[in-house]
Amino acid sequence: MSDATQDGPVLAADGRPLKASLRSALRRQKMRALLLIAPLLIFVLITFIAPIADMLFRSVENGIVSDTLPRTVVALDDWDYGSGEVPDEPVFEALFVDMYDASERKIHTRLGSRLNYEVTGVSSLFRQAGREMEDIGEIYEDQFDALDENWTQGEFWAQFMGDPDWYSEAAGAEDPGPTFVMKEGMDELLPLTAEAYQMFATFAQEEDEDNVATEDPWALVHARLYQDLTAGAGEGYDGFGAEELAAAREAVGDFESTTYKEAFLNVDEDWADLEIWGTIKAYSPNYTPGYFLKAVDAQLTPHGVEAQPDDQAVYVKLFGRTVWMSLTITFMTILLGYPVAFLLAQLPMRQSSMLMILVLLPFWTSLLVRTSAWKVLLQQQGVINDLLVWAGIINDAGRLVMINNQLGTIIAMTHILLPFMILPLYSVMATIPPTYVRAAKSLGATNVTAFRRVYFPQSVPGIGAGSILVFILAIGYYITPALVGGTDGIFISNRIAYHISSSLNWGLAAALGSILLAAVLILYWAYDRIVGIDNVKLG
Amino acid sequence: MKLKTILMGTAVAGFGSVATAQEMANDMTLVSWGGAYQSSQQKAYAEPYMEMNPDVSITWDESSPEAVAKLRAMNEAGNVTWDLVDVVAADAIRLCDEGLAMEIDADEILAEGDDGSSAEDDFGDLLVSDCFIPQIVYSITAAYRPDRLPEGAPAPDSICALFDTETYPGKRALEQRPINNVEWALLCDGVAKDDIYDVLETEEGQDRAFAKLDTIKDDVIWWSAAAEPPQLLADGEIVMGSSYNGRWFSAIEEQDQPFEMLWDAQVFDLDGWIIPAGLPDDRLARVLDFVNFATDTQRLADQAAYISYGPARQSSAPLVGDHAELGIPMGPHMPTAPENSKNVFVYNYSWWADYRDDLDSKFQAWLAQ
Repeated sequence: MSDATQDGPVLAADGRPLKASLRSALRRQKMRALLLIAPLLIFVLITFIAPIADMLFRSVENGIVSDTLPRTVVALDDWDYGSGEVPDEPVFEALFVDMYDASERKIHTRLGSRLNYEVTGVSSLFRQAGREMEDIGEIYEDQFDALDENWTQGEFWAQFMGDPDWYSEAAGAEDPGPTFVMKEGMDELLPLTAEAYQMFATFAQEEDEDNVATEDPWALVHARLYQDLTAGAGEGYDGFGAEELAAAREAVGDFESTTYKEAFLNVDEDWADLEIWGTIKAYSPNYTPGYFLKAVDAQLTPHGVEAQPDDQAVYVKLFGRTVWMSLTITFMTILLGYPVAFLLAQLPMRQSSMLMILVLLPFWTSLLVRTSAWKVLLQQQGVINDLLVWAGIINDAGRLVMINNQLGTIIAMTHILLPFMILPLYSVMATIPPTYVRAAKSLGATNVTAFRRVYFPQSVPGIGAGSILVFILAIGYYITPALVGGTDGIFISNRIAYHISSSLNWGLAAALGSILLAAVLILYWAYDRIVGIDNVKLG
Repeated sequence: MKLKTILMGTAVAGFGSVATAQEMANDMTLVSWGGAYQSSQQKAYAEPYMEMNPDVSITWDESSPEAVAKLRAMNEAGNVTWDLVDVVAADAIRLCDEGLAMEIDADEILAEGDDGSSAEDDFGDLLVSDCFIPQIVYSITAAYRPDRLPEGAPAPDSICALFDTETYPGKRALEQRPINNVEWALLCDGVAKDDIYDVLETEEGQDRAFAKLDTIKDDVIWWSAAAEPPQLLADGEIVMGSSYNGRWFSAIEEQDQPFEMLWDAQVFDLDGWIIPAGLPDDRLARVLDFVNFATDTQRLADQAAYISYGPARQSSAPLVGDHAELGIPMGPHMPTAPENSKNVFVYNYSWWADYRDDLDSKFQAWLAQ
């Protein structure tokens, strides 16, 4: 080559350096390949990866506490569970405001259900408290009303709290009217009242689509106005309603009142329960390890992380059982599938396609039908037991228990997953040239040696592919175990299904699912390191 | 109030006649359980309604077993495609708590009873949640096979026969969940009926219930679908078991199985409608019109002609007639019939709403032991 003697880079035909030219050609090819797969890639991302990621994210997501009780969570910052004392009035006051808002929005019960996963009884505690919030506020609403009826009139309040320009526009407008604008200086004059009125206004406009200009405010606003006035706020106001405000300032000193703590304890004395408060505090951050701890039989409590009591620990055991039984099923399918695949590969075309149909026929049959068929066969009054009794092998009292236990699950699932082992095995075996075994034999190997040292090693990639398929399918199975597994033959996926569809504890379901996914990925990785994924042939 | 205007629209329209004041959607998706139950609803409610409103088309979705999860997913996706969902009372409470079901005022949206009683009085205690519109009372009850009892054993007349493996050897089928089973266990361990939930609230009480269940643990086949126990009993796999009374009825009367009912300590449960939260106005108007019709006194009584579940309205009870195909009177097969309800256990919904998560994990751990 004359090029080798030249100095400088090798050039392509168009005069560019060959290296760069090659690289750009390669990049173009890659881009074209990427474009070709782009529709599928985007489809998979949107319909498969994103939903899974979103679901798994729920295993740590916990914004519900701080979203529903924002003020309470802040107020609880200064409180320490270790002090052994129930939080003070400011916390209950914050809880009242949060709870009032939440119960109007009807989201307090949702938080109740969430916390009920951690402490039994919170669900009804919250449901009940939500009903009583208005009554607490009405203590003040009634007294303001008795003082001056204006205090319960929506129009009065709108002019008192609202910006005059906003009011002139909103009065007479159709629902929901222009967005509420607070009168300037109101949030300094009566800070708590302004906050409560803003909450009311936002809710009335956004959720109920009512016009704030005519809507009567929540009793919460009156409770907060009382709070403001007794603290001495509201001095020096001369706008709309100044007279009424001045009169109210005079009068509140004689108002009947209650502390919020007392009010809550009247609703239910469980509000003095330290566990409830400790749990609210422990679960107030936006992200929680709580679900993952639950998934491994531990619990995040106010005292820190604790192991779940023995009579509630179930998940670790189920994980272990799921992996162990899936491995057993995989092994069973190898044991039963290998000879069948071998036969398929060896038999002449006619017979082998007959056999293939026999393998595929159950594969095409509904999962439920096959599972039910196993019930008929295996139950104590079933076909197999009847045959055994008829043949005199067992007596009528000693009928075998083969279903509603682990054995039932293993038998049914081995049968159901068998085609997933046979098909990859067959596809690998079909490519092994028969001449190799013949050559081994001609060199003096016995049948056994020729199989063991020549044929079997070449079929290992098929075993690998089949095992991965069967194992991964088995570990996520739940219909078959639910139907034939009884109590000791069910899998972790049965619990995941329960938490998704019945208890609605999606966070825990997501944590359990994440662990399962991680376990499969680790096993896959280990397999890759030991056997090498390149050796797997799926066809 | 938005709701009120709609309700007034419905009220003006009265029963049956097509409302013109309020725009109503003409398509409705109803969710139910499939099988005999759904077809009883189709015949008793949907078909007469569609006859009166020929423009309306109703789509049925057999998703009630997964309704809670699906409704939550739809709600999160902001696309609720269901208009009316049939769920059991416990699920209704959960959906209501989660804000997925619409709160209703029974007197406002439901028809008065035929006897003039207000809807609220007519349904009475069965309005167990603010979102729940009851339809039927069913019960979880036991049945056995007289021909498979041991020689000389008396016919069982108490629920405690489930726990008496000496007199009645053999397997029994129980539902795979703590609800009902722990109550029966305590009842048969000598706890008075009225004290059961007080006892269950304590750690010792729960241990006591599981200890009682322990005595039969090896003899139990746990079911998760109510169709299983009648099948198991027919196959002779079990000597007795629990299931819904309607399942037993259809096995005994419609399929001539040699079973006997054991009504003692049957546990009443409820099934009814919920309206998903956040429906658009026109769909909501249609659903309210339908619900008002489908839960009136006559319609609830009509349903009992197809399935042996008791109508949830008191005023419907006298109107219950014969089975539509078999022609036998349905009254004596109702769980609410006086003969059957001598000893009834009333299941405490709000208690279970609190304790369900806790007891369920204990139950699962106990099963796995």
